[in-house]
Amino acid sequence: MSDTTRAGRDAATGPDLQGSSLGLTEGGVEQAQSAKSGGGLVAAAGGSVRQASLWSDAWRQLRKNPIFVVAALLLVVLSVMALFPSLFTNADPLSCDLANSRGGPGTNGAWFGYDLQGCDYYANIIYGVRVSMVIGVAVVGGSLVIGVILGALAGFYGGWFDALMSRITDIFFGLPLILGAIILLNAFTGDRGLFQVSVALIAFGWMTILRLLRSSVIAVKATDYVQAARALGASDWRIITTHILPNALAPVLVYSTIAIGGIIAAEATLSFLGIGLQRPSISWGLQIEEARDFVRTSPYLLLLPSAFLSATVLCFIMLGDALRDALDPKLR
Amino acid sequence: MGRYIARRLLLTIPVLLGSTFLIFAMVYALPGDPIAALAGDRPLAPGVVAELKDRYNLNDPLLVQYGKYLGALLQGDLGTDFAGRSVSETVVERLPVTVKLAAVAIVFEAIIGLVAGILAGIRKDSFFDTLVLVSTIAVVSIPVFVLGFVAQITLGLRLNLFPISGISEGLYSYLLPGFVLAALSVAYVARLTRTSLVENLRNDYVRTAKAKGLPPRTVIGKHTMRNSLIPVVTFLGADLGALLSGAIVTEGIFNIPGLGRTVFQAVQLSEGAVVVGIVTLFIFFYIVFNLVVDILYAALDPRIRYE
Repeated sequence: MSDTTRAGRDAATGPDLQGSSLGLTEGGVEQAQSAKSGGGLVAAAGGSVRQASLWSDAWRQLRKNPIFVVAALLLVVLSVMALFPSLFTNADPLSCDLANSRGGPGTNGAWFGYDLQGCDYYANIIYGVRVSMVIGVAVVGGSLVIGVILGALAGFYGGWFDALMSRITDIFFGLPLILGAIILLNAFTGDRGLFQVSVALIAFGWMTILRLLRSSVIAVKATDYVQAARALGASDWRIITTHILPNALAPVLVYSTIAIGGIIAAEATLSFLGIGLQRPSISWGLQIEEARDFVRTSPYLLLLPSAFLSATVLCFIMLGDALRDALDPKLR
Repeated sequence: MGRYIARRLLLTIPVLLGSTFLIFAMVYALPGDPIAALAGDRPLAPGVVAELKDRYNLNDPLLVQYGKYLGALLQGDLGTDFAGRSVSETVVERLPVTVKLAAVAIVFEAIIGLVAGILAGIRKDSFFDTLVLVSTIAVVSIPVFVLGFVAQITLGLRLNLFPISGISEGLYSYLLPGFVLAALSVAYVARLTRTSLVENLRNDYVRTAKAKGLPPRTVIGKHTMRNSLIPVVTFLGADLGALLSGAIVTEGIFNIPGLGRTVFQAVQLSEGAVVVGIVTLFIFFYIVFNLVVDILYAALDPRIRYE
């Protein structure tokens, strides 16, 4: 390209740029004026226009989505149940009276009746929230740490590290989550508790996050603002943490929310199979496992923990769905 | 295309090696002494123990054991379990059961999922559409073992419509477990079909077809469906691979003697050779079906070409 054409181009784009910046100032003036004349409401609207970002837009849309509001409220209740179960029940889940064994709902004023050992079933189900929430959050949190770090590095640097990571995720993807966790949990000696179950589920559950983040990092890496930051001399660390990650995390966040539900179901499945948590841990999976022998005579033993389990999983799925709608600009 | 397939096949070699090693290492770490368990109450003579440990390579370090296993595998030998039965024999006996179950499930997925998805997509925002959306979310959030039990209680015990355990009644006894196994994917297929159909109905060629005066049946059945079904067909292909290896819970609940239940029992009995053999087969399925799906994608959609 010769110097004259470049100069010509500059000359051609010059006024254009000026025009657009002029437009901006005009808009600003308009905004300021309307804010002055229109009072507090308009001023608030003006303020939110100025700082509009993907996340603030998404939050504004989320608040208007009834599905999000319902799911979020239910999750708040479940979290409180997990943290302070004694707020919801006075009964001790582990103090049992065999005389009450399999007393149906309403016996002695117990809302959900009694289980095989004569323990208050309502208290047991409430205390079961904790295990599910802890494992769901711990496993997805652990997977996020692995997936985000390795995925960002693989997507940003590419090359041999990316190729290696792709092969390793392929290897782990070949093993279904439940099957891999069963084999690994059997390899652990000693007691199986929250920690062991979480490790087994992280070991076979981290791959999707890595893949999602890797591909969105690659997409964001090619954008102009990353090129600009690089031209300004920003370090790799700064580019990744301040420019790429905030713009690449949306799909991972949506997936993670839904994945918490999936992990909660997986923990219940493992405990149900007798390979996850063990008594005296209180887990919905264990309760359902015990109920299977009494489905004919005491179906409530099966249905009540199943209903709580499904409702919890449903909350996370609805929350993830709402997040996806809010974070995907194409759907607006 | 031929080169693409060859490259993909070459890439599967490190993946297969890696995943078999992964399982091998985990099984190697399984606690307990399988030889001692074999003997029961009366301890075996030290010579017999040494002989058995030698036969199953139990004294070698992990990598040597793995090498010997691979060498035998390449000759088509999956090894023997501790009762002396060859693993290939077990696989040949159990595989047809798992294949039948997966086939029943995939038929359910294709029929129910497609019909629900198409009806919802054609009448977007209608009552039926909302019903499909709500019910798919509900189905997805119920864990498989819960669904299996509820199906057993209601359809099996209360209404006495289906056998609830075993496979003694032929194909009929596969219907209920097949349905439970399919339920999750039915929801996905319905949603995928609906989304894909709704997107395609917005296209220009659909408007042209309508403008030409074609009856709606032809516009949807002939023009739109072909394009809308591409992602659905590929999903079904990939899911078949997953169904073949994902039936541990369903086979357990309905007491079906397929590969899933066998591998679960083998894990608990520390039968290393059986676990590694069957899981390797699962991984092989997974890789092959994914390759088939990628090729199918190119065959169905002329816009996709592999170099």
